[in-house]
Amino acid sequence: MSREATPLLQVKDLAVEYRSSGWRRPANRVLHNVSLDIHEGETLGLVGESGSGKTTLGRSILGLVPVASGQIIYDGRDITRARRRARRALAKEIQVVFQDPYSSLNPSLLVSDILSEPLRAAGIGGAESRRRVRELLDRVGMPADASERYPVEFSGGQRQRIAIARALALEPRLIICDEPVSALDLSTQARVLDLLIDIQERTGVTLLVISHDLSVIRAVCHRVAVMFKGEIVEQGSTSSVINHPTQMYTKKLLLAAPVTDPDEQRERREARRLLAETEAVA
Amino acid sequence: MSGEPAALGTPELPTFIRQGTFRRLAKMPTVWIATVILFTALFFSFFGALLAPFDPNFTDLNMVNMAPFASDFLLGGDRAGRDIFSRLLVATSNTIGGAAIAVSISVAIGASIGLMAGYYGRVFDALGAWLSNLIQALPGIIVLIAVYVVAGPSTVTSMIVVGILIAPVYFRLMRNVVISVRNELYVDAARVSGLSDIRIMSRHIFVVVRAPIIIEMAYIAGIALVIQATLEFIGLGSPENPTWGGMLQDSFNALYISPFAILWPALSIILTVLAFVFLSNAVRDTLGDPRSSGGKARKAIVSTPDSRATADAGSTHAFLTVRDLSVAYPLSKNESRTVVNKVNLEVNRGEVLGLVGESGSGKTQTAFAILGLLPPEAIVDSGRIVLGSTPLLGLTEKKLNALRGSEIAYVPQEPMSNLDPAFTVGQQFGYAMRKKLGLSKAQSRERALSLLARVNINDPERVYDYYPHQLSGGMAQRVLIAIAVSCDPELLIADEPTTALDVTVQAEVLDLLRGLQQERSMALILVTHNFGVVADICDRVAVMKDGEIVETGDTRKIVKHPEHPYTQLLLSSVLDNVPMRAPLEPQAEVRA
Ligand SMILES: Nc1ncnc2c1ncn2[C@@H]1O[C@H](COP(=O)(O)OP(=O)(O)OP(=O)(O)O)[C@@H](O)[C@H]1O
Ligand SMILES: [Mg+2]
Repeated sequence: MSREATPLLQVKDLAVEYRSSGWRRPANRVLHNVSLDIHEGETLGLVGESGSGKTTLGRSILGLVPVASGQIIYDGRDITRARRRARRALAKEIQVVFQDPYSSLNPSLLVSDILSEPLRAAGIGGAESRRRVRELLDRVGMPADASERYPVEFSGGQRQRIAIARALALEPRLIICDEPVSALDLSTQARVLDLLIDIQERTGVTLLVISHDLSVIRAVCHRVAVMFKGEIVEQGSTSSVINHPTQMYTKKLLLAAPVTDPDEQRERREARRLLAETEAVA
Repeated sequence: MSGEPAALGTPELPTFIRQGTFRRLAKMPTVWIATVILFTALFFSFFGALLAPFDPNFTDLNMVNMAPFASDFLLGGDRAGRDIFSRLLVATSNTIGGAAIAVSISVAIGASIGLMAGYYGRVFDALGAWLSNLIQALPGIIVLIAVYVVAGPSTVTSMIVVGILIAPVYFRLMRNVVISVRNELYVDAARVSGLSDIRIMSRHIFVVVRAPIIIEMAYIAGIALVIQATLEFIGLGSPENPTWGGMLQDSFNALYISPFAILWPALSIILTVLAFVFLSNAVRDTLGDPRSSGGKARKAIVSTPDSRATADAGSTHAFLTVRDLSVAYPLSKNESRTVVNKVNLEVNRGEVLGLVGESGSGKTQTAFAILGLLPPEAIVDSGRIVLGSTPLLGLTEKKLNALRGSEIAYVPQEPMSNLDPAFTVGQQFGYAMRKKLGLSKAQSRERALSLLARVNINDPERVYDYYPHQLSGGMAQRVLIAIAVSCDPELLIADEPTTALDVTVQAEVLDLLRGLQQERSMALILVTHNFGVVADICDRVAVMKDGEIVETGDTRKIVKHPEHPYTQLLLSSVLDNVPMRAPLEPQAEVRA
């Protein structure tokens, strides 16, 4: 198999800047020379500090933020600066599930309208579209009558299922999941992650899962990349990164996760504080 | 695959809003009166000419300045001997038509440019803003006089000009709404789905802006009417076509001879304008913030340290006491669903209470009840909530607001939807602190910057000037926490305040909360589903399931010896126990 030879998605030396609102201020560079490969059928996890640029990386792959330099190559094609028309064609290839299940579904549209939107944009309408919507709801474990209701009538977990269904509508090969479960409670998180794994096993879709939570990454990802201040500082198989972290930030990430025992947690907190103090002195 | 708890598990999402708007509007008498007046005006503007008993320009010298109700001329005659009633009826069409022209022109121009400026930004935005500033800088009345001189007397022309002069109002409105919607994730999702720009605008953006546009239209119609009347009154109208303003001027000139004649046009103008304004206000109030179509937006609430003295220092009972609280939502006429059932809670000063449970278990509803933030449909059947010595239930919105302002602060769930997209971080901070703490602009800025640094935001100076869409998810959450504690609250209710944070930042934020809570002996209620967070910071825990508190007690006891099976279940459902996912193909693994 020539899997390593042609990754599905290659990100090469990507840099992204946001223009500052003030004139004289320099642009704010949030990604520096980021390189990543994602292979067909795998799940790559992207973990990192809040504000480190994880969402920005996902959005630049989706063409929602302009790229300053570097390349994004999808299936051998350079899509770094794809035009509107080429982008619209990519809708069948790359899809997204956003973090916030509240603002990612338009509150004034019926679920059926939300799900048929990508289908209609791809020229699928009428009875075929209705059949597909039913199928999609079924695939994400939602009842068929959900289609005639509004997003506000659903809980966070259910909305995230609807968002996943929308991402699946055009049968893409790559789905970018930006914090797919961080707005959900634990048991719902586990169920939505199960759904993602299940879908991947059935369809072979490739996933980029962005999360700040190592336990989420641990549960769904084959490989992990760790991001810190706009750079990838560590990359490897999930087990090697979690069991043998080489970077300070990754170690901290493992240490800072609170445990459910109050006494043990107090000790950990103390240990963390000491670590921070020694760091400050050094 | 098992599904999540049924949809009904989260009643914080009122489905009632959609159908409720009309029904609620129909209940207001002002709305009825305004609607009747406007429909009458509309009716006469179509059929006035047919119904008028006399030709509006028919003169009868016997009727000059005739008193009302004294002859065939029902409302009397004007100073040229024409029937005031007929003229009033005929004038309706010119007057209302004129206002309609002004409104349509301003909507057509202002809204379309605003839409482009908001959606595409940059060049369009700069150009639109320049145009709108230019128009606003023009002295309106002089422009109108100039047009009168050049184009001659014509209601239509002058109303078109008025429409152009008003257009910047729509431009601003449209631009701001579109900008805030444009940054919504569902618009991004539509883009990723391959929708064209036109489709996105018509499907996702137009639905949001149509309500504010309609509201503004009624208001602008009122203003256009006033402008028109003024123009006619100062003699810039066309003499052939009667209008209310023209009649006003006519009768004003004969004020001493026939004082009643001025009454009719004046009444028509005033009633119609008021009807427009009242209707617009009523719709605005009923819809609330035009963007909150899901009714989800909740502002962070801030408070001040004053009035601390009134608190009962020596008393034995808890700072916040909740007794037998029940909250229900109507499902249909005689059915309702209870989402909070006989809940009892107590929090002391300097104590942290954790409220845990799955989504839909009623945690947020309990918090909303304490904050007085329940939607109007919610029924609080029973119970008592006492803060210090003040009972909170049943307080008027105004008193509650003052109290919320001075004692309780709130960190809402869903950070992004709770920051106002139209204001920078600094502006959202500043308002509360200047108002509640009486700080100067510079002082509040300084305080905001130090708080931003305390919640671990790098480069607070830059972030201070950011708009919400420029923040990452975790930054938005920390900004909300910083805003909530900015005015030294006595009771802080934080609803899932760390869900978007990685554990390192979460630890810092919890440290901050613990620090504040000890320094100022603040009471803290932390709504969460994460037992790690509970273990880290909470003194006591209350476990909620299906609207009831199933177990409550000391954190150590509950975590180590949970009694209720639900607590045991929650404690065991930690993702850490899920097996790690194996590499896709072990031999293909390359360590970078
Ligand atoms: N539209 C924007 N304009 C300017 N700056 C932005 C914009 N969007 C994001 N940023 C900045 O880019 C940086 C990275 O943000 P990003 O959203 O990628 O972080 P993240 O890793 O996803 O964090 P989180 O885990 O908190 O969501 C932040 O400093 C943020 O302020
Ligand atoms: Mg993010």
